[in-house]
Amino acid sequence: MLQKPIREEKRAFMTGNEVVAWAAMAAGADIMYGYPITPQNEIMHYWTRLAPKYQKKFLQTEDELSAGFTTIGGVMAGRKAFTATAGPGNILMQEPMSMAEMMRLPAVVVVQQRGGPSTATVIYSQQEVTLTATGGNGEGMRVVYSTAGHQDLFDYTIKAFNTAWKYRFPTFVLGDGYQAKMRESLTVYDPAARGVELAEPEPLVGREGVPGKDRPPSQYRNTFNLEEELYEKVIGDAREYEKIAPEIAEYQSYGIEDAHLAVVAHGVVFRAVREAVEKLTAQGLKVGYFRPVTLRPLPVTQIRDLAARVQKMLVVESAYGQLARLLKEAASGTPAEIVTYLKPGIGVTAGEVETKIRELV
Amino acid sequence: MYPHPAMPRSWRIDTKPHKFCPGCGHGLVLKCLGEAIDELDIQDRVVFGCDIGCSLLSWDFFNLDSVQTHHGRTTPVMTGIKRARPELVCIAYMGDGGGYAIGVQHIVSAAARNEKITVVLANNTQYAMTGGQMAPTTLPGQKTETSPYGRDPEHTGFPMLGPEMVSAVTREGAYVARGSIADLRPLKGFLKKALENQLAGNGFSFVEALSACPTNWRTNAAETWKFVEEDLPRYFKLGEVKLPEDARGEVRTHG
Repeated sequence: MLQKPIREEKRAFMTGNEVVAWAAMAAGADIMYGYPITPQNEIMHYWTRLAPKYQKKFLQTEDELSAGFTTIGGVMAGRKAFTATAGPGNILMQEPMSMAEMMRLPAVVVVQQRGGPSTATVIYSQQEVTLTATGGNGEGMRVVYSTAGHQDLFDYTIKAFNTAWKYRFPTFVLGDGYQAKMRESLTVYDPAARGVELAEPEPLVGREGVPGKDRPPSQYRNTFNLEEELYEKVIGDAREYEKIAPEIAEYQSYGIEDAHLAVVAHGVVFRAVREAVEKLTAQGLKVGYFRPVTLRPLPVTQIRDLAARVQKMLVVESAYGQLARLLKEAASGTPAEIVTYLKPGIGVTAGEVETKIRELV
Repeated sequence: MYPHPAMPRSWRIDTKPHKFCPGCGHGLVLKCLGEAIDELDIQDRVVFGCDIGCSLLSWDFFNLDSVQTHHGRTTPVMTGIKRARPELVCIAYMGDGGGYAIGVQHIVSAAARNEKITVVLANNTQYAMTGGQMAPTTLPGQKTETSPYGRDPEHTGFPMLGPEMVSAVTREGAYVARGSIADLRPLKGFLKKALENQLAGNGFSFVEALSACPTNWRTNAAETWKFVEEDLPRYFKLGEVKLPEDARGEVRTHG
C-alpha cells in the first residue's frame, strides 16, 4: 500500500509554489502537465521531486497549449490532472480551457499571476482576473478561487479538484507571484483526516468493454452543425452554472453590518485591506471589508446586499479595475458609490489602504 | 441482411453513409484504419482523436471512444491520454493544415519525445473545410483560394515533407511512412505497422496518407485520380521512411 504524501497534520514553512505541489499530492492528483513560466516554475520543481515517491506522473510539454490539451487528455482518461501557468502562458491556456468548458471537463489550472500586458514582469500582479474569470470565446463557465496566502493555496488547491470533478467545469486557483515565491507558515493535512472527502475521478474515454458491442462508444465533440444545437448546449450549461453558482460562491467579510464604507479586495491585496480595516474599526471608524474568494462565480447576492447597505465601496487591487469591473456588474442598480484604488502590477500596503480609507470617511 | 458494402467491424454503421464529400479520400483512409484496428483486435483499447477541418467529421465515425479536439491540438490530447493511461492505444487523426501548420509544434515535439501514440495525417494539399486555401503541402504552381495564380515557392516556400521532417527528429523506436489512397493495400499495411509499433511500446508512429479533395481541387474523377496517383507521389515519395529498429531514417520500401 502506497503511503499518503501527508499522513498527519503538521505546521510547515514553505513557498506558495511548494504548497501547491503538496496540496495537489494531498488532493490525490495523478499527473501534472506543465511548461516553464515564472513565477509558477517551482510547482513543477516540487511536483517532479515528489512524484516518483508516490507513483505520480509529470510531462513537460512544448508550450502551454500542449500543457492545457494534455491536461485535458489526462482528465478524459479518468485521471486527476492539472497544470500551472502565468501571464502569457495563461493566454495560451485559454484555448484548451475553452474546450474544457465546452466539453465540461474537470481540468484544474493553477495561475500565479505576473505583470501584464505582454511579457511585462515575472514578479506579481492581479491583472489576470479578467482573463481567468471570463476566458475565451464563450461565456466563461468556470470556477476561479482567488487565494490570499499559503493556507488558502493548500485548502483551495484541494478544493479545486473536488469542485472540478463534482461540477465538471474547469477550475482555476488564482494566486500571484508574491504568494508563489514568499515563504510563510501554514498547516498541511490529509484531507480525509479533516473529513474532506476527495472526489473520485472517472474516465470519459477508455472505459470497460468493446464500444458498439458491450456499450455505446463514448464520443465527444466541440463542433456543432446548427445554431440551435449550440444554443441549446450553451443555455443548458448556463442554467446549470447559475443553479450551482450559489453553492460554489465563497466570500469573507468583517464589520459590514454597520459600516458606511466597505473595502473590497481579493487575493493577497485583501491582507493589506484586512490589516487596515481591523486597525481603523478598533479606532471606531465605521468601515468593513468584503473579500470575494470566488471571482467566478461571484457571491452576487452578498455583493448586492453589501452595496444596498453601505454608502461607498472602495475597490483596492493590483490591476487597473479588473475586480472593480466585476463588482460594478454584480452591484449594478444599487445605490452605493464605487471608488477605486488601483495599482496595476504593484503591491498594496496596509498603510496605503489606511490613508485612502481616512480620505473617504 | 441488408445490402451494404463490407465495412470494417470497428465502424459505426448507424452513422453511415459518412459525411465526407463524394470523392473525398478520408473514407478510404478510415477504411484502412478500421481494417487495421479489426485485424489487431484492439477495438476495446483504442481512443480515436480527430482534429478540426474535414477530419472532424470522423468524430462519430467508429465504434471507438472518440474525442474531437481543436485545430492542431489532437496530438497533445492523445499524448495526455497515453501518458495517463499507457494501456490505451491512442490515434490522432488530422489533416495537413492541422498537422503541418497550426499544430506542427506538437507533431515535432511528440515525435522528438518519442510519444507512444500514432498520428495519421491525411494530406490533400490544401485546407478543405474552410474552402480550399493554400496549405504547407500545396504543390508549386497549384492554384488555391489563397494562391489563385498558383503557389509560388519564391513567396511561400516549397511543400512541407511531413514524414521526412518527423523522421529527422525521431530516433530508434519510431515508425514513419507515407501511403496513398491510390494504393490501399500498402496504406493499410503502414497503418497496421504503426499501430503495432505503439502496441509494442516502441515509440512514436506516423503515417501520412496522400488523399484527394475533388471538391476544392475542382477536378473530375479522372483528373482527381491522376493528381493523387501520378502528380502527388512525384513530390511526396511513397513508402516507409523509418523503421523502429533503424535510427538513421531514409528507409524506402513501398508496401
